[in-house]
Amino acid sequence: MSSSSTTPIEDVIREKITAALSPSTLEIYNDSHLHSHHKAMENSTSSETHFRLIITSEAFRSKMQPARHRLIYSLLKDEMAKEGGIHALQLRTMTPEEEEKRRAQEDRGTTCKGDA
Amino acid sequence: MFARTILSRQVLRPATRIAAPTPSFALSFLQRRLLSDATRQAIDKAVASAPVVLFMKGTPETPQCGFSRASIQVLGMQGVDPTKFAAFNVLEDQELRQGIKEYSDWPTIPQLYIDKEFIGGCDIIISMHQNGELAKLLGEKKVLAVEEGTSASEGEDKKE
Repeated sequence: MSSSSTTPIEDVIREKITAALSPSTLEIYNDSHLHSHHKAMENSTSSETHFRLIITSEAFRSKMQPARHRLIYSLLKDEMAKEGGIHALQLRTMTPEEEEKRRAQEDRGTTCKGDA
Repeated sequence: MFARTILSRQVLRPATRIAAPTPSFALSFLQRRLLSDATRQAIDKAVASAPVVLFMKGTPETPQCGFSRASIQVLGMQGVDPTKFAAFNVLEDQELRQGIKEYSDWPTIPQLYIDKEFIGGCDIIISMHQNGELAKLLGEKKVLAVEEGTSASEGEDKKE
């Protein structure tokens, strides 16, 4: 990873996922600041601990959600295992069709975002 | 040892701890990196201890992580029968905390099992909750509390 970047882990995430999955959508959100007061983060000095990824890729076709998530986890294995590395990773993984469907639902306002 | 807790039906608050199925678990295996046979067997038992099993951080009444809390809330909203549910607090057992990740080939907590089958983590639980798949699955597995005619007495220790 580049030592000059202020977001080395985010850079690695983008590189690895882009190389492996050629995603048509790749959104990376760093939510670390929301969790910096958590007990588990007590001794962490990293500003890159919690990420949320939205990925749309053909590579997810005919894979169930757990398999898709495992695929991402395996790509980022080192970053997750490393001391002070990624602590939490939220994933939304879609095929292009699923993304399309989701967008249509959102446009119709049928997706409840305040839930759960 | 594994702290097993029972999900209480309504608000998931007054969960009561019952005897752990494998009390000698933590004593036997310290500081091992790889999943030993005994660890695997202990997790096998935990996974089979109830139809719906959640490995989480903290307990149902006091989750120690937002993702675990969200997962518990979803199971509560779905109306999972507390007598068919068990939660294991990975923070109470380092061996379990590491072991479950290898066991499930899944690097994060929480983890949901239904009928011994790995379902997923928090994101999957929530998306299945939203798209109706979770309600369907829980219904098919007959693990939902029935509104009438069941004794869902809260706060009592229960065993299958």
